[in-house]
Amino acid sequence: MPPDPERRALRVGVGGPVGSGKTALVAALCRELSERLNIGVVTNDIYTTEDADFLRRQGVLGDERIRAVQTGCCPHTAIRDDISENLEAVEELEASLAPLDLVLLESGGDNLTATFSHGLVDRQIFVLDVSGGDKVPRKGGPSVTSADLLVINKVDLAPMVGADLEVMRRDSVAQRGDRAMIFCSLRESDGAGAIGDWILSEIQSWAAANPVTKVIPAPKA
Amino acid sequence: MNLLLLADGRFPAGGHAHSGGMETAVAVGAVIDLKTLTAFLAGRLATAGLSAAGLAAASCTLLHPWEALDAEADARTPSPALRQVSRRQGRQLIRTARTLWPGSILDGLASFTAPAPGAAATPAGPHHPVALGAAAAAAGLEPLDAARATAFNAVTGPASAAVRLLGLDPVNVHRLLAQMAAAMDDTAHLAAEAASGPLSGLPCPGSVLLDLYAQQHAESEMRLFAS
Repeated sequence: MPPDPERRALRVGVGGPVGSGKTALVAALCRELSERLNIGVVTNDIYTTEDADFLRRQGVLGDERIRAVQTGCCPHTAIRDDISENLEAVEELEASLAPLDLVLLESGGDNLTATFSHGLVDRQIFVLDVSGGDKVPRKGGPSVTSADLLVINKVDLAPMVGADLEVMRRDSVAQRGDRAMIFCSLRESDGAGAIGDWILSEIQSWAAANPVTKVIPAPKA
Repeated sequence: MNLLLLADGRFPAGGHAHSGGMETAVAVGAVIDLKTLTAFLAGRLATAGLSAAGLAAASCTLLHPWEALDAEADARTPSPALRQVSRRQGRQLIRTARTLWPGSILDGLASFTAPAPGAAATPAGPHHPVALGAAAAAAGLEPLDAARATAFNAVTGPASAAVRLLGLDPVNVHRLLAQMAAAMDDTAHLAAEAASGPLSGLPCPGSVLLDLYAQQHAESEMRLFAS
């Protein structure tokens, strides 16, 4: 049965369109944070081992820290409408690796209406990239407007694809108010530095609100 | 109304991620169109569907110990992959159902941990039909209702997967489901009738191909569905 919600890791959802850099972000965060934090990852990729292989090749995470979940062709359903499979995967990770500080849950690539259920994650990151077009933030949609952090990746490509970063920034602020937004290029060695800092600060604020979070969860029934 | 809730494809207990063997059937070319889909669904209803409906109805009577029902379900599920899937789905169903219909029935089933002989990978938890029958009982439903929901799911889940995998016209697939309604009802009645007797008399038709498909699926590198 589910562990006490106050005795578990911070759960962070990573969503975004296909190819925007979700897996690259997860890999970069693991590299950035794995010496300081105990991390688990759940992936929803359609290839059962693709993302896990990527993370393994990058040498950032051991097999036992990665779970793959199949979504029956409906990535948004698995993170929003029926979170059963993902919730189980998260809890299995927590039970086998307790105590975890952070669980990253990577959605399958989806559209601008895909958001994570609050029953599944505590924070959500939405990843866009400049090559998808600088009009995307203007379109809004629940994921752009409500994500706790909007990441705009591949800024190094902006001149080549004619993307105006200032337009993207302005439109994002118009849609999101003062919610966090980070421009980055995950290909660069320290590309996820600011995002790692954001996660560390969210862990702190979340832990402050849930003071017994470091207690080891009871074994699963 | 509770029967409609329980059988609804939107019931949030993980069902949407399972194809009931359809993904492999499509991959090997056994299901390619409406005609082959019809044959697949009829076969599934008469075998895995009937077997599961019997277990669900028996579970819903609340006359049998969970251990005995679990053993009957194991005996009807020779594929190790399907056993694992069944327990996983059962666990997810119980989690949701306990929130909807809390009480001693589902508490009892949830605390029952099935033995996992030798295999650390076998997830603990009740088999799906047993969980569904218990959920039906907790919702105040009858064994026949539990059998109905099970027979319905045995057909509609794979049908929906076929729509997603093959791009079949959803209206035509739903017409097929309507045509199968009587067969689903017959299956449910057969199952409920058997469930009024001893557990040993529950239906146990085998579905060897579905078992093989499930094993094949579990090994597959690329899968969109969990089973």
